[in-house]
Amino acid sequence: MVSRTTPGGGGAVAVPGAHPRQRPRLWLLDFYGTAVGKKAVMAITGIVGLGFVLVHMLGNLKIYTGEQHLNDYGEYLREIGSPIIPETGTLWLLRAILIVAVLIHVHAAWSLTQMNRRARPTGYQGPRRFVAADYASRTMRWTGVLLALFIVFHLFDLTWGPANPNFTRGEPYHNLVESLSRGWVAAIYIVANLLLGLHLYHGAWSLFQSLGWNNPRFNLWRRYFAIAFAAVVVAGNLSIPIAIVSGAVD
Amino acid sequence: MTLNLTLKVWRQDGPRDAGRFETYEANAVSEDISFLELLDVVNEDLVAQNREPIAFDHDCREGICGMCGVMINGQPHGPLRGTTTCQLHLRHFKDGDTVVVEPWRAAAFPIIRDLVVNRTAFDRIVMAGGYVTAPTGAAQDANNIPVPKANADLAMDAAACIGCGACVAACPNGAAQLFTSAKVAHLGLLPQGQPERWSRVNAMVQRMEEHFGSCTNHRECEAACPKEISIDFIARLNRDYLKAQFKDRRQLLRATDVASEE
Amino acid sequence: MTALDTAPATTTDLDSHVPPGPIAEKWDVHRFETRLVAPQNRRRFEVIVIGTGLAGGSAAATLGEMGFNVKVFCFQDSPRRAHSIAAQGGINAAKNYKNDGDSVYRLFYDTVKGGDYRSREANVYRLAQISTEIIDQCTAQGVPFARDYGGLLDNRSFGGAQVARTFYARGQTGQQLLLGAYQALMRQVELGSVALYARHEMLELVVKDGRAVGVVVRDLVTGAVTSHSAHAVVLASGGYGNVFFLSTNAKGSNVTASWRAHRKGAYFANPCYTQIHPTCIPVSGEHQSKLTLMSESLRNDGRIWVPTNRDDRRSPNDIPPEDRDYYLERRYPAFANLVPRDVASRAAKRMVDDGFGVGELKNGVYLDFKEAISRLGRGVIEQRYGNLFDMYRDIAGEDPYRVPMRIYPAVHYTMGGLWVDYNLMSNLPGLFVIGEANFSDHGANRLGASALMQGLADGYFVLPATIAGYLAGQLGQPPTPTSAPEFKDAEDSVRERVNSLLGVRGSHSVDWFHRQLGKTLWEKCGMARNADGLKEAAREVGDLRQRFWQDVRVLGENETLNQSLEKAGRVADFLELAELLCQDALHREESCGGHFREEYQTPDGEALRDDERFAYVAAWEFKGDGAAERLHQEPLDFEYVHLAQRSYK
Repeated sequence: MVSRTTPGGGGAVAVPGAHPRQRPRLWLLDFYGTAVGKKAVMAITGIVGLGFVLVHMLGNLKIYTGEQHLNDYGEYLREIGSPIIPETGTLWLLRAILIVAVLIHVHAAWSLTQMNRRARPTGYQGPRRFVAADYASRTMRWTGVLLALFIVFHLFDLTWGPANPNFTRGEPYHNLVESLSRGWVAAIYIVANLLLGLHLYHGAWSLFQSLGWNNPRFNLWRRYFAIAFAAVVVAGNLSIPIAIVSGAVD
Repeated sequence: MTLNLTLKVWRQDGPRDAGRFETYEANAVSEDISFLELLDVVNEDLVAQNREPIAFDHDCREGICGMCGVMINGQPHGPLRGTTTCQLHLRHFKDGDTVVVEPWRAAAFPIIRDLVVNRTAFDRIVMAGGYVTAPTGAAQDANNIPVPKANADLAMDAAACIGCGACVAACPNGAAQLFTSAKVAHLGLLPQGQPERWSRVNAMVQRMEEHFGSCTNHRECEAACPKEISIDFIARLNRDYLKAQFKDRRQLLRATDVASEE
Repeated sequence: MTALDTAPATTTDLDSHVPPGPIAEKWDVHRFETRLVAPQNRRRFEVIVIGTGLAGGSAAATLGEMGFNVKVFCFQDSPRRAHSIAAQGGINAAKNYKNDGDSVYRLFYDTVKGGDYRSREANVYRLAQISTEIIDQCTAQGVPFARDYGGLLDNRSFGGAQVARTFYARGQTGQQLLLGAYQALMRQVELGSVALYARHEMLELVVKDGRAVGVVVRDLVTGAVTSHSAHAVVLASGGYGNVFFLSTNAKGSNVTASWRAHRKGAYFANPCYTQIHPTCIPVSGEHQSKLTLMSESLRNDGRIWVPTNRDDRRSPNDIPPEDRDYYLERRYPAFANLVPRDVASRAAKRMVDDGFGVGELKNGVYLDFKEAISRLGRGVIEQRYGNLFDMYRDIAGEDPYRVPMRIYPAVHYTMGGLWVDYNLMSNLPGLFVIGEANFSDHGANRLGASALMQGLADGYFVLPATIAGYLAGQLGQPPTPTSAPEFKDAEDSVRERVNSLLGVRGSHSVDWFHRQLGKTLWEKCGMARNADGLKEAAREVGDLRQRFWQDVRVLGENETLNQSLEKAGRVADFLELAELLCQDALHREESCGGHFREEYQTPDGEALRDDERFAYVAAWEFKGDGAAERLHQEPLDFEYVHLAQRSYK
């Protein structure tokens, strides 16, 4: 605990519990050092995430146009830009952007959580009643953590294979159907996507605030956008395990 | 009409003492009295029983000074929207209700005693830049700079903040964004506030973050604000802060100074 | 009290130091002739400011900007809480932006006349002159005054004037002006030129060789009693309306700083000039802790009435026109519902006293908008008074769009205060008094939207100019060390007083005594006063004061935040002030402005001044506990404004 008093010296100006920050020289680090800066960074990395989940969902819908189609799409992703760019080069670039975005997003979330815990070390001793903060906004850090765990599982399941006993490299359609035919796996995917929906519902609205995109002209539409975006991504994604479990796709 | 209420009030002897809820019965109190007058009634009873009265902050009792404010059943200033504790009347409670009363809780608002907290951190945010540098006597005629009415009105919306701390109390993160953004917007919307606009937002954000948590857009502050200040001002603060990274010449100069020192 | 039965000992030795010359040039000439302190010397001076309202906040900020070392104290948790914040209506300034014939001279004239010819002309003229600079200054600070569509400042008209000269920021003008001063002050605190002590209360003025040299304060959180010394002390601690217990003042507003200074030799002037505001929400029950003012502008569209039958128990909407008495329209056909504050207040009191009051407690009169709503439509009324109607509904629990409001007068402002000369310095050298705490500019009655003007004029412009004249003479002298016996004695007396308050352990709470005091004063020294009542009141107050020191119950200890203890000290001082208030009201055998003596009225019930005998400022000197206060008179000369009887028929 650092106690600070201004040069004026009046005892009343001293506030216990202040946390003055060492300001790094490098501007970007300095900016990221503030919570407002971190939130802007979270919004931008969040936008990267939004783009990814949307494209990922759209790509997966190829499952409905046949095995060949999906497998070709998978192959295509490896070959974007080829032969100018070496095979899988673009894919790795995109992956790198995504990985960095996720890591920064998680780091910022973690560090803001620490800051917020420090801002209220002793919570309310009586019950709290929230009026505006909804379930989605209050559970962001938990949906975030669960989604991170899910992503690890998802990679083990459908990218690397160890979590999928019938995994065959290069055959995404087969791997997908094999994995999701297991009821408990389908359940995990369904729950994870509902969590994703909650996370998107708050995040896709919140990013506008964090970046200062606020204008009476479109303020209402920010909420509509968030609802629509979350609904489209979740509906698209959920359709797949449901289709597989119900046997509509096999 | 009168009511009987059971109050569970946080009692804490001093900043370093442990606190606890104590239960008091307020019987046959008029529904026309305010919540602070209810505390007055309870205090009179306590004094009559030779027990120390509940300490609570209050002053104008007409909703403008910003001195009062407690958590009432888990909501800052109680259940009524756009109302300070002093303007909350008992007719908004039901006979037989149990009412839990607790101080604001935030690291930056340490409890002094019972329901009284130290909100000096708010003053420190203003000290960092919540002003227009206009020494007395330096002003030109007030009508020399016209201000579009809509801008002046919006600035007034922001300037209506009473500094009570309900936004911090309400925020799940203990953030002071609504308070800070209201001052930044009030001054940033007026031509008089332009010369210091970018350095102000930089300085106030830095100072704010020494004490408070971060805004994650729960919107709980807006709902708790007795003056119903909008979170639109928070978006504005964020926008100004981003712009200030490139426009605050004071900070840009600092960067060159540092470079030339090496 | 024998003191009340004999005429007070009187002297006429007060020098107001008003500079000679034509009134329009006095301030300029005076500023030129006043000694200066050069910028490099200013940091050698210590100045203490008590209170952070419009006057104190603006003075401390300005002195800090100029380079003086300032210490500022307030009892609230932040300077921004001071009760100036609650002013709703606006601030007057002779800008003549409306081209309706306003001028500095007219504002001066209106203010002297509105004050019922009991103010000092030179001060009022200066106030009117400075009024325009205040608007410039506040606008430059970013005060969001209301504007027209063209972007220029808007004005509204206010009681007692025929021009629109009132600048406003919605219904929160006081708040916005105070925040402007507060922000300027906090800038100085950050820069280190002002040291801020919040939650500190001044409990003693320290006087050495006849000069004010410092204060003793108590830290309200830790109970620590400390001394602070300075070259000059500025009191900006507000008015004493809370002596009536129920008033529109903030709960914490108190007279302690002024009264402590009075006990150390500063004269208290015109304490009997107390203003009653006619449109407040009536008391709803015994637990009422304060009264809430509703802007006077409501009388523009509302009609005031009571039932003609005392026992009419019908709901107001069921009472037909023939059973209603629109008593203001009946008695004052020319001004009707828009008579000045004091006239409207007394008429309401008369109705209630005669048993015509309305509401459960029969303690109000109706202010009815039904006709205005049917004439103008609900939308217009909502636009004009929406926030006031909402406030009324919150507090009274009735919808004023459907049921008439109930209103009753309440104590609102005190024109009296510590006596000061033209430099705003009291009779004690080194003690300056600004804002509502001094007596200077409003005479016996203050016009609407003039309190903010005076507070800021004193703090931003007058005091910073005049205090230099005093300080210049002290150059080279360090402030009195706080180890001096005068400081030690003052600290001891503060501690002794705290201990005796804590030591009584009697049977009644501080609030109980305060309520008793308020009841006595409101009944016998309130809106209408008479000699017998005042003598009775003085006796009752004296008895109550004795009882207070034997029977008050203050629990807890000194070393923690102890709000009962704070209140006890303040009520103890109110109990002393109340006696002087009665004495002053008794000695002033005339009616003027806020002071209405039933014995002195015209045949139709209007205030009757006695300019022959009472055209003077009554400044009282404390002569020790139990001794009669000595009266010092400052005669008032009216060179420019001609004395006349007010009439609103």
